[in-house]
Amino acid sequence: MWARAVWLGRRSWMGWRRGFTSKGDPQVKTGAGRAGGEAAQETERVPPMTPSPASSAQGSGRVTAEVIEHLERLALVDFGSQEAVARLEKAIAFADRLRAVDTDGVEPMESVLEDRCLYLRSDNVVEGNCVEELLQNAHRVVEEYFVAPPGNISLSKQDEQKPFSHTD
Amino acid sequence: MLGRTLREVSAALKQGQITPIELCQKCLSLIKKTKFLNAYITVSEEVALKQAEESEKRYKKGHSLGDLDGIPIAVKDNFSTSGIETTCASNMLKGYVPPYNATVVQRLLDQGAVLMGKTNLDEFAMGSGSTDGAFGPVKNPWSYSKQYREKRKQKPHGMLAGHDPKDSTTIQDPGKPFMLSSLTDVSKLCIGIPKEYLVPELSSEVRSFWSKAANLFESEGAKVIEVSLPHTSHSIVCYHVLCTSEVASNMARFDGLEYGHRCDIDVSTEAMYAATRREGFNDVVRGRILAGNFFLLKENYANYFAKAQKVRRLIANDFVNVFNSGVDVLLTPTTLSEAVPYPEFIKEDNRTRSAQDDIFTQAVNMAGLPAVSVPVALSNQGLPVGLQFIGRAFCDQQLLTVAKWFEKQVQFPVIQLQELMDDCSSVFEIEKLASVSLQQ
Repeated sequence: MWARAVWLGRRSWMGWRRGFTSKGDPQVKTGAGRAGGEAAQETERVPPMTPSPASSAQGSGRVTAEVIEHLERLALVDFGSQEAVARLEKAIAFADRLRAVDTDGVEPMESVLEDRCLYLRSDNVVEGNCVEELLQNAHRVVEEYFVAPPGNISLSKQDEQKPFSHTD
Repeated sequence: MLGRTLREVSAALKQGQITPIELCQKCLSLIKKTKFLNAYITVSEEVALKQAEESEKRYKKGHSLGDLDGIPIAVKDNFSTSGIETTCASNMLKGYVPPYNATVVQRLLDQGAVLMGKTNLDEFAMGSGSTDGAFGPVKNPWSYSKQYREKRKQKPHGMLAGHDPKDSTTIQDPGKPFMLSSLTDVSKLCIGIPKEYLVPELSSEVRSFWSKAANLFESEGAKVIEVSLPHTSHSIVCYHVLCTSEVASNMARFDGLEYGHRCDIDVSTEAMYAATRREGFNDVVRGRILAGNFFLLKENYANYFAKAQKVRRLIANDFVNVFNSGVDVLLTPTTLSEAVPYPEFIKEDNRTRSAQDDIFTQAVNMAGLPAVSVPVALSNQGLPVGLQFIGRAFCDQQLLTVAKWFEKQVQFPVIQLQELMDDCSSVFEIEKLASVSLQQ
């Protein structure tokens, strides 16, 4: 067990350092936390994952032009510059650190409130009639309609004004 | 009057030592004088004076609404305020006037609080230094005792308890308002110190404050033990994936049709949406949307999003295990160091900074726990340093009681803006010129 002496009274911060920085530190053993013991140390083992074109591109740390275009279409937000692509690549590299965690047998957690039901109120109309207030914030309105440009026209390259060319 | 505690001011209002309108006017005057801090996006002068007037009427009749009646408040500009522009510090919402109040705002107003205005933030609160909003960075008032530094975003203080009928994801348990008792005896407490929070990047000054705090609890009889949260180092990555994924979904609402910025393109809905979003969002927001969409791609979902959800469970379990072992409250640093000077802060990009700075305060969000940051002392440079207390789920009262005891012990100095300004009036002239160039 870890030495309580590290804590007592007026230890210098050197005492702290000695106690904490070694990897082999004993931990407070509590309960039988799933994968608690193993995952304490960063595992070298990479859990098996489905291969994907995106992740294989990561091997070289690059995001392909195909993926960029796909993302821009899905997000309806453009990269706008080579820096933005580089930022995404860094973000992906950062996220790749998750691979080091052993999550065998662990269920995904969608919410900390997973043991509870969502609150549902009774199905009665208690508010509304605020058409004018809501329409006030829109730029283009005709009578009580929000006006949108024509749909079913997919985003073409010309509309996107790419100021940079992405080279692979 | 403006340097006093809320409790003192509330008592003064009740006793008639000052009226709500006088208080409101003093505040408005100080806001004008400290404009260089760029803390406010909107100052709601007319609304404030009107609310102060109504508060004064109530006090005259002896019908004050409570401790907050007549108290000036400011609300961060990502909370909706009916009839008052709410921008989230983004071009996307410049000029947007919500038709409703956020529940927390409504509750404050129902208690008679007086709304001074809307405060500045990073665009859509994405960042850690309030540096990346459409209205420019916020200046740190503490820095005017010496040099220009950048204010670190204060993490939310504790949890606002209670059910919001307009938000079905809030807890339905009746949240009774509670009074914090004055704790005198901490000997029954068990304080946990998570060892993984002792990272190499932690400044020696913060480490020393942390150590002193632990010693303080121990000298007063509390049990202070080292505990382990083994997955701490993965928390920030986990958050990064989950947050950007949520952002990708959440920000889809901004298409220019019903509210907010709309560009002029009319060729097609998609073209209009894309241009509107390009014009409305800054790089940080767009970067998170794109990263989130990447993690949610079919081929990436399992390896990133679902994986992060699993890691989240491990993180939450770490806390459960520690609290089950008898620990009442955890004590950790809030930040790695005191606030860093602006020119240095902006050397790293927003994501990197957030990843570095949020390291201590981020994990509790994964685990759904209450936490509060308490200012402890001024650093050698005269900047505030705080420590974080983390409580058990739903044990806000215990958490805040312990924090209150600690706050009383450390006696952190109140900032005296008036004095700072009197001392440094010439510095402010230089600052005005500097702030113009910073916003370019």
